[in-house]
This record gives sequence, C-alpha cells and structure tokens, in this order.
Amino acid sequence: MGCPAKTSTRARHMTLRTKIKRNAYYDSVTLMLLSRELQNLEGVEDVLVGMGTDLNLDLARDLGLATSELEALTPNDLFIAAKIDESKTSMDVLESAFNDYLNKRAETDGDDDFQPSSLSSAIQSMPGANMVLVSIAGEYAAAEVDEALDAGLHVMLFSDNVSVEDELRLKQKAVEKGLLMMGPDCGTAIINGKPLCFANAVRRGKIGVVGASGTGTQEVTVQVHKLGEGLSQVIGTGGRDLKEQIGGLMMIQGFQSLIADPETDLIVLISKPPAPSVAEKIYQIAKTSPKPVVIDFIGGDRAAVEAAGAVPCISLEDAAQKAVRILRGEAYADFTGFSLPDEQIDRIIEREVAKLKPDQTELRALFTGGTLADEAMKLLGVHHDIYSNIPLSPEMAIENLPSGRGHICLDLGEDKFTRGRPHPMIDPQTRTEFFKSHVDGNTGVILVDVVLGFGSYHDPAGAVAESVREIRHRLAEQGKDVVVVASVCGTELDSQDLNKSIETLEAEGVIVLPSNAQAVRFTDRVLQRMKKGV
Amino acid sequence: MSVNDLFKQELKVINLGLKSFQNDLKSQGVTTVQVNWKPKAGGKKNMLNLLGRISKTKKL
Repeated sequence: MGCPAKTSTRARHMTLRTKIKRNAYYDSVTLMLLSRELQNLEGVEDVLVGMGTDLNLDLARDLGLATSELEALTPNDLFIAAKIDESKTSMDVLESAFNDYLNKRAETDGDDDFQPSSLSSAIQSMPGANMVLVSIAGEYAAAEVDEALDAGLHVMLFSDNVSVEDELRLKQKAVEKGLLMMGPDCGTAIINGKPLCFANAVRRGKIGVVGASGTGTQEVTVQVHKLGEGLSQVIGTGGRDLKEQIGGLMMIQGFQSLIADPETDLIVLISKPPAPSVAEKIYQIAKTSPKPVVIDFIGGDRAAVEAAGAVPCISLEDAAQKAVRILRGEAYADFTGFSLPDEQIDRIIEREVAKLKPDQTELRALFTGGTLADEAMKLLGVHHDIYSNIPLSPEMAIENLPSGRGHICLDLGEDKFTRGRPHPMIDPQTRTEFFKSHVDGNTGVILVDVVLGFGSYHDPAGAVAESVREIRHRLAEQGKDVVVVASVCGTELDSQDLNKSIETLEAEGVIVLPSNAQAVRFTDRVLQRMKKGV
Repeated sequence: MSVNDLFKQELKVINLGLKSFQNDLKSQGVTTVQVNWKPKAGGKKNMLNLLGRISKTKKL
C-alpha cells in the first residue's frame, strides 16, 4: 500500500511536457509545495517540480514523468515535468503559476537581507556565530557540517540521507572539539530558550532534555510546560545516535553537558530502546549523575533503568509528570489514567460508542508524528492486533492486512509516504488523502495527532476538522457516524494556539485528550467497549 | 566553544537550507544569516570530490 491514487482525468488527452530552468536553485520543501500548487491547476493530471538530483530523476521516472530532456540535468537545474491536457492548459500557464508562487514566497520571506553565498563567507560576515543549522539535501550536508565543526561551530543537522559513516565521523569530530552535532534527521531542539526547526514555544525552566525522537521530545516539552514548569535546554541527537554504530555519542555529550549546566536541575532522556551496549554507557553516567534522571526509552527495559538509579516511564506524558513531580519534591507513580475522572471517561465512551453500528469495528490511527505513532503502537498493541507501517512484529506489516480489513495505525511521516511530497506536519495533504481512502463504513474509531509549533503547518487542527466534516458527511449517507479521538501537541504560546486548535476540533465533535498517551488509552477503551457490541 | 559555553551565550545562527527555519528564528529575535546555498561545482560528484581534495590540501 502506497499513497492513495490521485483522481485522474482520462489519460488519452494527456501529453507529457517538460520545462527546464538552468542554474535556478530552490530548496526541496519549496518545490514540493509548489508541485502541489501546480497539481491543483485545471488540466494538470500529474506534475513534479524538482532540482535535477538523482533522487528527483528517479521519482520522475517512477511517476511516468521522465523525458529525455531530464537526462542531461545537473542538481543546479530545475525542471517542471507534467502530464497535461493541452486543450485546457499549457506549460506556459504552469510556468506563470510557478513564478507567481515564488514571487509570493519571496515577499513573505523578506529576501532583502544580505545572503552570503557560502558557509565560509557567512562565518566571516557574522562574528560570534555559534550554531549552524543545516537542512540542505543530505548528499551535500556532510561537507558543510565538516566545515562548520572545523570552524568551532555547533551544528543542528536537519537533513536526512546522510550516511552512518559520515554521521560517526562528524560526531567523533564534534565530541573531540566539545561541540554539539545534533542529527542527522534531527527535527527538534531548544537552545537557550530558542526553538530550532520543529519545536514548541515553551517556558524556560530547570528541566533539561536530550532526545533521539523528534515528536517524542516535543510531547515531553509540551507536557512539562502544561504542568507549569519549563525547560533549560533541549538537545536533539538524531534517531540513529543510540544505535551500535554511533554509540550514543551525542546523547552522552548532551547528557554530560546538562549535568554540568547550573541552570538544569533534572534531566530527561528520550529514545526508542537503544542498542544494549549504548544503553549500558548511558546507565553508567546516570549512576553517577548528581542530578535526578528520568528515562523514557519507549518500551525499553524498566528494571535496567531502575538499576541505574534513574526513573523509568511508561509514556512520554508519564516522563513529563515524573520530571515535574521530582523537581518539586513530590511523590510520583506511573500515570496510567486520565486527567478527567474515570466515570466521566466511561460516560463519554458510552455516548460515543452508541453512535456506531454493529459492523463499525475498526480503528484508523493516522499519525503525522513518528514517535507519537510509535507510542500508540506500543500501548495499543497490548490488547489489539494492529496493522502498521511500523508494526510490532513482521506479520503485522500493513502489506499483510487481510483484504484491507482490520485495525490500522500509520506513521504518515515515514519515507514511503513522503517521497516527493512534504512531511505531513508541514503539509496536511497526505493525511487528508488517507482520511478519504482509508476511512469507510467499517471504521468505528479514528485516532489522530495534531502537532503545533514552529515548522508545522499553520492550522493542522483546521485541516483535521475539515477531513472529519467530510467523513461524517460521507458516513451519514450510509446512516452512520464515527468516533474521532485526538491529542494536540502544542502550547498556548505556539502560533497555532493550543486552545484555538482544541476549540476547532471540538466544534467538529472530536474528543480531544490532553496528551498522546491519554488519547491512545481512550482509543484502547473505545475498542474494548466496541468488542462487547454496540 | 564548549557546549556549556554555548549555553551562556546569545544564540547566533547561520542557516543553510530551508528559509522558513530562518524566518522562525527571526520571529523570535534570534540573530541569523541565511546562506544563499547551492551545490558547489553544479553538484557534479566528481568535481565535488576534486574540490574536497583541493580544500584538504590547502588546510595541510
């Protein structure tokens, strides 16, 4: 199962055309968003706008958009390849829309500032620079990071497609020089109170975080903020850092820096379960840490964490709750319930399940945040068989779904769904399409995450609300309704505004829980209640 | 500059890549500069390797 098929016009009218612009460089996200703009024009069946990189040329071939003109391109050449109905449009119309879009972007971006043409000239033009943020195509990223580290600058490397060998070499260099090299594929960090890339606006405080999981880190920081405390530093490591090959170099570097930081009183570490040898190194540091350490190695070894004198957690929210309680000198225990009283939760479940018909038995969990999807899989997998692109066991891979029927939980930000299109946290289109293609009359409950903050779409709650409205309308034609459950990862300080986002969702009858863990737990209870019959 | 020294300083960021990241930093009052980045040597791998070797030789 890949991305849902596009609605196509009749193929016999379509002509394949290409437009080339030499030496015109634009970043991939801009071009992916632009592709979608052009896709919406009348008479366009399919279109790809990209730089002439090997990845993009492969994609053009896979989409049936390649022509011989593309073969001679360099990565500095831009192409527009499209299947169009020439009775309705032309490549000139597409080019004009392309220029309009870029002109509008330039106005918003305020491109009047001086822009040096290389990292070395930027370093010269900005005395005192201390961080380089790299989000260029992965194949070129390592060389720039190398240069930044050589110049004594810390690095946040957002780009993916950087080899493990390069990652190891760059991190070894960073550690040698006492620098941060957060990444590759590092989506979130908050340094000195300033969110970088995808991060939420949270208050400053005494809790320091090192995270190898992007939305997992965001969820913990948001929950800490909601509980009234704040963050000293939030250091990202990239998802591969705790694998055997990298050895946790940046997790250890970050951990030790927070131990030495006088503004940090308590440290939270977040990752998927590390390689055993890496976990052991981290436990050794935890054992001697003079500051309390809370560890959420999502689904990891609880006894090993306790043996290291650290505090284990059962969810991202639980990590935040324990961190805050320990910081305040309060007693703590695993948080397994809900913020609302249990009786109230039961009443809501009864009310919601009463909407369903007996054949509405399935879950559709559509996540934009990878770690949030991962947490959902771990918590739901205890009681239910869930098919997924991140399955708990190989036989539960989405490809094995029998006749399309069964519970489904998807991480829509995974590579297979984002090829040639922006991540669903930036552009909600992928999830909107999955609402259309994967929710039907057998769906009983839909579970979603709504991630706010810097980098994210300007109104993710609005996009979900619109999909829910459409689904309810479609199901109403069959005399049916559906239960929709969400959590919002964000704060009232985020530009999308937590409270406004919750109102938007609740106005469409979405049940909004205060954390991903609670939304998942609620969904679990709904599914269990559905099994008893409606 | 060590990580703990960084924690004591004002953050100053050089941004290579997505302009939206720089816009977000600017909106928070962070001093930033955007690099007008494009692949060196037209992105051709054999030329890039050659440039890399020349640059290393210069450093030596």
